[in-house]
Amino acid sequence: MTTAAAERGRVAAGLRDGLARLVREPLGLAGLVIVAVIVASAVLADLVVPYDPIAINVRERIEAPSLAHPLGTDQLGRDTLSRVIMGGRVALHVALVSIGSALAVGLVLGMIAGFGPRWLDNALILGFDTVRSFPTVMFALAVVALVGPSLNTVILVIVVTSIPIYARVVRTQTLSLKGREFILAERAMGASGARILTLHVLPNVIGPLLILASMDIPGVIAFEAGLSFLGLGVKPPTPSWGSILNDGLALIRNTPG
Amino acid sequence: MFLYLVKRLGLGALIIVVAVVMLYGMIHAVPGDPASIILGPKATPELRAALHARMGLDDPFPVQVARFLANVLRGDLGTDVFSDRPVAEMVFDQLPHTLALIVTAIVWAMALGIPLGCYSALHRNTAIDRITGVLSVGCIAIPSFLVALYALLVFAVGLRWLPAIGAGEPGDLASQARHLVLPAFAVGLGWVGYIARLVRASMLETLGENHVRTARAFGLPERVVITRYVLRIAILPTITVIGIGIGYLLSSAVFIEVVFARPGIGKLIIDSVTTRNYPIVMGSVLVSTVLFVVSTTLSDLVNALLDPRIRSGL
Repeated sequence: MTTAAAERGRVAAGLRDGLARLVREPLGLAGLVIVAVIVASAVLADLVVPYDPIAINVRERIEAPSLAHPLGTDQLGRDTLSRVIMGGRVALHVALVSIGSALAVGLVLGMIAGFGPRWLDNALILGFDTVRSFPTVMFALAVVALVGPSLNTVILVIVVTSIPIYARVVRTQTLSLKGREFILAERAMGASGARILTLHVLPNVIGPLLILASMDIPGVIAFEAGLSFLGLGVKPPTPSWGSILNDGLALIRNTPG
Repeated sequence: MFLYLVKRLGLGALIIVVAVVMLYGMIHAVPGDPASIILGPKATPELRAALHARMGLDDPFPVQVARFLANVLRGDLGTDVFSDRPVAEMVFDQLPHTLALIVTAIVWAMALGIPLGCYSALHRNTAIDRITGVLSVGCIAIPSFLVALYALLVFAVGLRWLPAIGAGEPGDLASQARHLVLPAFAVGLGWVGYIARLVRASMLETLGENHVRTARAFGLPERVVITRYVLRIAILPTITVIGIGIGYLLSSAVFIEVVFARPGIGKLIIDSVTTRNYPIVMGSVLVSTVLFVVSTTLSDLVNALLDPRIRSGL
């Protein structure tokens, strides 16, 4: 058996093992199914929505849930279920784009801080700590006040406030790797700093970082919903989970049924 | 310890200074002129020039920042462009409402979360431990504004037990307390779960320590062992988390104040953001940032006081 085939075999065995563990853990399995359904409905939103989520139908406004409209309709007669499904798309888009960019920038800055000269490290750390010292929503509001509300503003705020978290983790890891023998050996062989960072440090720091990032996704989704709820995220008529809630709050005393 | 104190306070002050510079610099980083943002598209050039002169926007950037910093140090956060009132006065008018909300929320969350965590740790892997575990994680996962909406729908609109909006009559404590119940519930619910999980984990860790075994070997009653020797240590991480949590509490207070139409610093910011009243936004963000930095510094100091190992870290 060649090494590539052996590697494939090991990966397959690992996957089987993981799946088997998942099936034994009912809570984990339930979570996986729920997330899979939501992600699938967001990705395939165009195919699964029963109505156009921004089509206004004034005759059927604020209706209670029925067979035709399983979640009822909003103040403009738009189908709430369709809006919720489409809103998932906004949530996923924001989460993936912002976490992905923050991860990339945080990774680079963190490695520079950990590997670079002491003064640069100190300056970067001060910058990270300062950004973290703003309460996130307050910082977001300051940015929105300046550049105006939009989906890109939300993404920008999340990227800026998440970079320090990732960068700090990467920095600590890089610092501890820096003194290890295999890095020393690389240096002795005359490898450049860039080569050491990309080929030897990066693979060692990326694992924990990805776990950290995946745990941040729910927080980011809640944050986007929160800003849209305040009317400072996506612009109408684009549906977002937050703006749907805000429409509901305005009509909370007109609850049908 | 003294050296650590000086260093930590110095770092806190430095962070606040850099934060002020960043906030101020942000106005200049975005394309467009702050004066025309404030005045709107219909402003005449004369108006714009007058506002420029009033805000001191004609000076070079470092001069502006230095002047702004000096003003902030004197407690002057500038004047509101629309009402001509000092921003500091407007912010500090609203601050007590927000502080009342945050403090009530965290107090009730601790009052419920700590006993729950203790109980779970002492009755590990029983049905009740499992149930509180699932409920805790559930509570942590729900955004506070969602809790607020449902609380509003059930208790204020449906059952009509509690008032839905406002902060109550000024001076009438009973009415203010009634208006505080639902908002504090919404802000605190996630924290109950969080504190319960945290206390449970650190209790379990402390229960395995040698000094606990020694205390038991001396024949101390279990109740004394738990309250005097386990809980006292197990509570430390909770203090740290609450110190850092002030930032999150301030953030969720913004949402809650909007949902319940409560006066407070969050409501002030939101109203100012929609009218693009930047001096007020900057003033309130600054005050809440200082509050956050002070509370994290305090919790670091408390920890250093209790655990000497931390002092060498900085």
